[in-house]
Amino acid sequence: METTQTSKAVITIRNLYKRFGDNAVLNGFNMDLYEGENLVIMGKSGSGKSVMIKCLIGLEEHDSGSINVMGQNIDDLDADQLDELRTEIGFLFQGSALYDSMSVRENLEFPLRRHTKKFGRIHDAEPLVLEALESVGLAKAIDLMPDELSGGMKRRIALARTLILKPSIILYDEPTTGLDPITSKEIVQLMQKVQELYKTSSIIITHDVDCARAIANRMILLIDGKNYAEGSFETLQNNMDPKIQAFFK
Amino acid sequence: MKSILIEIGELSYFAGRFFREAFKRPFEYREFLRQCYNMGNRSFLLVGITGFIIGLVFTLQSRPTLQEFGAVSWMPSMVGISIIREIGPIITALICAGRIGSGIGAELGSMRVTEQIDAMDVSGTNPFKYLVVTRILATTLMLPILVVLSDAIALYGSYLVENLKGDVSFQLYFNEVFGSLEFGDVVPSTIKSFFFGFAIGLVGCFKGYTCGKGTEGVGRAANAAVVYTSMVLFILDFLAVLVSDIFYDL
Repeated sequence: METTQTSKAVITIRNLYKRFGDNAVLNGFNMDLYEGENLVIMGKSGSGKSVMIKCLIGLEEHDSGSINVMGQNIDDLDADQLDELRTEIGFLFQGSALYDSMSVRENLEFPLRRHTKKFGRIHDAEPLVLEALESVGLAKAIDLMPDELSGGMKRRIALARTLILKPSIILYDEPTTGLDPITSKEIVQLMQKVQELYKTSSIIITHDVDCARAIANRMILLIDGKNYAEGSFETLQNNMDPKIQAFFK
Repeated sequence: MKSILIEIGELSYFAGRFFREAFKRPFEYREFLRQCYNMGNRSFLLVGITGFIIGLVFTLQSRPTLQEFGAVSWMPSMVGISIIREIGPIITALICAGRIGSGIGAELGSMRVTEQIDAMDVSGTNPFKYLVVTRILATTLMLPILVVLSDAIALYGSYLVENLKGDVSFQLYFNEVFGSLEFGDVVPSTIKSFFFGFAIGLVGCFKGYTCGKGTEGVGRAANAAVVYTSMVLFILDFLAVLVSDIFYDL
């Protein structure tokens, strides 16, 4: 896939540091995400990938460095401004994170009814819920509970919950982890379809080489909390550095 | 010792955050009412059965001793005062600590571990307000109601024993009970019940919301919620007795 670095950056991270006690998770991480781009970040478990995207959306506080999202430095935002910015950023959690006590319909309505500044007061959310569910091919699951869904279905519903807010940026935290190869492929195809339909920019955190190959415009390899290598999938795959090769074996 | 002090400090901070968030808009009425219904409705049967058995057993156990002293006629007063002032609130609170406190600890702990609380945060909802404030307010409101119901059922259990063993009528029994109760018996125990409810919600939410990672963390949160709440309840009960004694002396 082609890179799109001529577009403007929608997310810029500079010298990001984060530690938990003695464990330094991020050690000066840098990143730019360009408009319409799919940026894949790969790294070993515990290399700080998930912490980085949580810092990006304000779920974790970083120790130092700067994070700029759509022209706004997240350190300068108060809680309301951060909430408003979050309507532009969808987050697909690793374990889907559907609310157990709510049906699929209520799961999708929940963010819609909360972000009143973007959508106003919504009296009939059903058309929007159905539209989001149809985009992931699960309109029939509208009245099911999360415990009645398979792992792949949960991931799709979680994506629908993300899409219902019509975000410009989507953060995927290991979208294919724990899924069988066929379902993983379906999720990757769905992510491609979402990008075509909604023209989103995406950061995809993954270990899955097949997922990275299919979706990456550009990749960053994260080692010891900082950028080790950057480039297209083909460039990195053909690099002879043993540390880089280890990711593709 | 250091870890206990840290825990107390964190719990106090958590309580402080509850008071700050509880009075800020928006108020989560629907979730609050849902929690009240869940807690009240689902605990009522357990609390009712326990109260009934306590009333029966308490009367059966006390009767022979009172009979020895020829003081069986004091039974309604003794049972009434004991249940209303002490046994009803503390037993109901302990049952609710096991039933509601552990449930809150496990539920919030599991939501934390499966990132549902983070998802809520990202969805533009303040999870502390939605999950914690509503649950603490619901336990604070529902526990006194459960205590009143439990007291009533316990007294009815006691009446059944008296009726079978001593042929005492319903009217006579309850006239004796209410005749012996004073303002100073009912009001402190009702106030105490609000504090018990608050403690159950606060400790359960604290343990669940700050739960460590993994399923082990969820188990620990549920378990710690019950153990810590029980300790807090006894301390609160002791303080409540001290304070009511001061008022009695005035």
